[in-house]
Amino acid sequence: MNMPSKSYSVTDSSPERLPENRGSALNIRVRNTLLWFRQPGALLSLPALLIFVAGFIGPLGLVVIYSLMPERSFAFNQLPTLENFVTIFQEGYYISYAWSVWLALVSTLILIVICWPVAYGLSRIFRRSMILTLLLVLPLFVSENVRLFGWVLTLLNHGILDGTTRTLFGWELPDMLYNAPVTVLGMVYVYLPFMLFPMSLGISMVPDACREAAFDMGATRWQVFKEVELPLAMPGIMIGCLLSFVLVLGSISEAKILGGQSIIMISHDIETAFTYAQNWPLGSALSTLLILLTAVLVIGLLSRLNLDNLLSRK
Amino acid sequence: MSATETAYRNRKSEKAIRVWTVVILLFIYLPMVAVFIASFSKLRFFMFPVKAWSLDWYASVFNSIEIRDYLGTSLLIAGVVTVVSVVLAIAGALAFARYEWKGRSLYQKLILLPIFFPQAVLGLAILLWSSALDLSPGWQLAVFAHLVWIIPIVTLVISIQVYGFDPSVEEAAYDLGASRWQVFTEVTLPILWPGIFSGALFAFLLSWGNFPLSTFTTGAEQTVPVWLYAKMVAGYSPQVPALGSLTTLLAGLVLFGGYWLGRRKAKK
Repeated sequence: MNMPSKSYSVTDSSPERLPENRGSALNIRVRNTLLWFRQPGALLSLPALLIFVAGFIGPLGLVVIYSLMPERSFAFNQLPTLENFVTIFQEGYYISYAWSVWLALVSTLILIVICWPVAYGLSRIFRRSMILTLLLVLPLFVSENVRLFGWVLTLLNHGILDGTTRTLFGWELPDMLYNAPVTVLGMVYVYLPFMLFPMSLGISMVPDACREAAFDMGATRWQVFKEVELPLAMPGIMIGCLLSFVLVLGSISEAKILGGQSIIMISHDIETAFTYAQNWPLGSALSTLLILLTAVLVIGLLSRLNLDNLLSRK
Repeated sequence: MSATETAYRNRKSEKAIRVWTVVILLFIYLPMVAVFIASFSKLRFFMFPVKAWSLDWYASVFNSIEIRDYLGTSLLIAGVVTVVSVVLAIAGALAFARYEWKGRSLYQKLILLPIFFPQAVLGLAILLWSSALDLSPGWQLAVFAHLVWIIPIVTLVISIQVYGFDPSVEEAAYDLGASRWQVFTEVTLPILWPGIFSGALFAFLLSWGNFPLSTFTTGAEQTVPVWLYAKMVAGYSPQVPALGSLTTLLAGLVLFGGYWLGRRKAKK
């Protein structure tokens, strides 16, 4: 039944011949799969995809499976149940969800406002300033704990701010640490680069010609911003917003170090369930909700973006 | 609106942007400077203004064998992550931006997903995954966890270089009789070098400073950020600001030194 193969649609230069069984759907599928692997791009993508499957899809998939296991079990081969999700609603875990979502929203909004002028400057005014870019990326490479600890030293009683106002003016500042606003400060601080750089990438996609044409036709500064710059820079801004929102949503250190646990974030509940409480299924159920929320947002946005356009400009 | 008026307004908004950028830089560096100041303070618990200065805490950091171990583990993890992620990301970036193939647009999006996911939760998921596979936590698991997050970033960094790459140069080399391997080492790699170099810097530095993935995957083989965090929340030690300043300095040195090296090479 083996017949010589005909020419392939992807590459015909290959000397190997694949077995072909006319009329068998399975064999056609096998052949197509083998053909797919002959594409250089497909082959080159495999190592990275392998890590992606083994280190991202696998672990998150296992978390989803664990979330359906009975409470406090350590095996994942039992009858699925939804009891962990019921527990989440009965025992008030949705409160930390609400806090996480709320703080993520607030931080993202603050980040949009404070990053816009810098992102704008980065792509239009300081175009060639590599030093400024480096100064702005450096914080990414310093552990967030060290930087948040710096805020503790700054805002502490007798810390940098309080100590300065005491010696200069004799003012005693009120307690600034361990509350919700300072938690937001920490989040805005840590995730600033994640908003800034995508936003600046977005702004650099606005062609100068468009902006000038709008000014020439008599548009005001505000109109140019609203009608030209904002819409054209939108892909970058959306990536920035999504990154900050998702990362704040799952953040853990800010609420612990600066917030002093005045706010319990969802990732704290997840960590506690996995570690101290030794209740893996509950921790998994809490994570599963987070995975679902993130997946809806991220897939919703990424499916609309053309990454080639966004990244390939010179 | 007259042209001069527009120019005047532009200049005014430009000035405002410059001022705001300085404000943001101060905001970014204020806490880091605070850590530096605290690291030189003699008192066990920080008070500002500092009345007595000392280098004792640096001395105790350098003399601590325990801390030397953490530094060693951090460097080991960052080194392995850099090498592996750069090699895989070169392939990944060529698939991302150089070749046209069926499935590319899906691949471009899939590969980015780990960047858009909270690292602490990813770290816990990988810990759960490893225990299901009967692997114990340690520096190897931390390397794996870092790779999951860092490969996409390095792939992006190198891809930006690949987008600016003209494939006809490769074809010209083939026409002149070069082999596949020769084209790759003599044409493709040198052209992509700036992107690869930045990617390597990113990989090293992101791994070096990472806390949320390391904390759940290193087990007993702690890294510097994990140790610092443990000391911050319980059993505070004045070594924290000293070691924190040292890691910050090292990151700054690698970043600016790398930039300087890259520019010198580009000028030659």
